Amino acid sequence: MGAGHAHALYVHEHSLVHHLPPQVKVASAIAFVIIVATTPREDVWAFVAYGAAIGSVALFSRIELRFVLVRMLGILPFIAFASLLPFVASGEQVDVFGVAMSRSGLWAAWNVVAKASLGAATSIVLAATTEVPDILAGLNKLKVPALFTSIAGFMVRYLELMVEEIGRMRVAMASRGYDPRWIWQARPIAASTGALFIRSYERGERVYDAMLARGYTGEMPDLRRRDPSRRDWVVGSLLPASALIVALLARVIT
Amino acid sequence: MTAALEAHALEFRYPDGRMALDGVELVVDRGHRVALLGPNGAGKTTLALHLNGILRGSGSVVIGGLELNDENLAEIRRRVGLVFQDANDQLFMPTVAEDVAFGPANLGIDGDLLDRRVEEALGRVDAMALAPRPPHHLSGGEKRSAAIATALAMEPQVLVLDEPTSGLDPQGRRELAETLRTLDVTMLVITHDLPFALALCEKSVIMDDGRVVAEGPTKEVLDNENLLRRHRLEMPFGFRAGSSPG
Ligand SMILES: Nc1ncnc2c1ncn2[C@@H]1O[C@H](COP(=O)(O)OP(=O)(O)OP(=O)(O)O)[C@@H](O)[C@H]1O
Ligand SMILES: [Mg+2]
Repeated sequence: MGAGHAHALYVHEHSLVHHLPPQVKVASAIAFVIIVATTPREDVWAFVAYGAAIGSVALFSRIELRFVLVRMLGILPFIAFASLLPFVASGEQVDVFGVAMSRSGLWAAWNVVAKASLGAATSIVLAATTEVPDILAGLNKLKVPALFTSIAGFMVRYLELMVEEIGRMRVAMASRGYDPRWIWQARPIAASTGALFIRSYERGERVYDAMLARGYTGEMPDLRRRDPSRRDWVVGSLLPASALIVALLARVIT
Repeated sequence: MTAALEAHALEFRYPDGRMALDGVELVVDRGHRVALLGPNGAGKTTLALHLNGILRGSGSVVIGGLELNDENLAEIRRRVGLVFQDANDQLFMPTVAEDVAFGPANLGIDGDLLDRRVEEALGRVDAMALAPRPPHHLSGGEKRSAAIATALAMEPQVLVLDEPTSGLDPQGRRELAETLRTLDVTMLVITHDLPFALALCEKSVIMDDGRVVAEGPTKEVLDNENLLRRHRLEMPFGFRAGSSPG
């Protein structure tokens, strides 16, 4: 297992989406998320259409929906937070299955859940079709300052290293007769969190040293030299363009 | 003629106070291969990290006549290729080819020239076939070759290898020694593998406790049983360095 590879989220496939230049994908994802975020929460069916759109991109990239859904569990904290809103918000009350809830609270909860899920699904599809160095190179190309992309790169790197170290520690524990099936059984893992952080940190330092030794100056070199063609940009704009049409239609109709 | 690599009065203390280098003196002549031997904790890896300015202590490091300072750090790093103890630390790109390209791309090389550098570096370690593969799926020996290629792609004047045989099977070690012998570059090889040092390096240096404590032709150094024992080194059972009695 190598350090810092993008294989935790990356799905190795050859699809049109995988082969799009990274800056096109990153720009497309950002545009899509902005449109989603600025759509008024009352346009319920627009969100359904967005979901269908990102779902088709996933299908088109040959990523299993299950893969996306499992990774979307990461937004559970947001959902937990959102589910409180109908009970705590004030204002007009409505009856839902005999329970009084705040109307504005319900809308706020829907707003958080819908936008968080779509945002998460978009980043998961992006990550599954683009390796991390490519995402960073794409951001560089889109003129995001190198400082931000290096910080982002290192965050990803340390996270992956940590996942890798957890895997290693788990193997070490299992081979000494302890095999936690679920995270809450993993008391020894919890007890060794400190060691885990230090191990990941030191490993990350060594990877960074190895990068410095080869002349790294804070900016990932751009190794995929294919500049996006007009066709790439057209393909990349399909997702945000259809989202924009949906958003505008929703405005006209409601 | 200037030496390929010189270190003078090199001292370094880790932040926790541990004195890892305590006045290291080392000269490696151009075109030579020198083994750096010594027990665990002697300071070998720490010294390697000083040779291209990743760690900076007091004293001086001179590469090909150029003394390392803040201004020429980039040039020094181009001149010194470092192959890390753990190949997993060295390989971090999605494919071997991109990993090998990382260094020269940082030097501003691109296009066909970059492709050629990558092919050439992989060719020198006989690992062209690895180019498209993800590094984390390689065997230990393949990882080692790929890691060496990443350093060679910088076209260094000095190659510093930290325990290149760790994790290799006997045949892998032999093949590695053969490959390294074909490379026309000055080499400092850190190793605990004394037969490997004997097969590859004319000269050996022993480090202990942050200092260089002995140096000489590898055969003589390895024949000196008392010297080896004093520094926790030993030849494998039944193995003899030279024909002269020990
Ligand atoms: N990051 C660090 N922080 C503090 N002390 C360190 C650090 N790295 C190494 N040391 C200490 O510095 C000394 C020299 O370590 P170094 O890794 O250079 O030894 P080495 O000769 O490479 O050993 P080995 O043969 O085991 O690889 C050791 O005592 C070690 O404990
Ligand atoms: Mg070491």
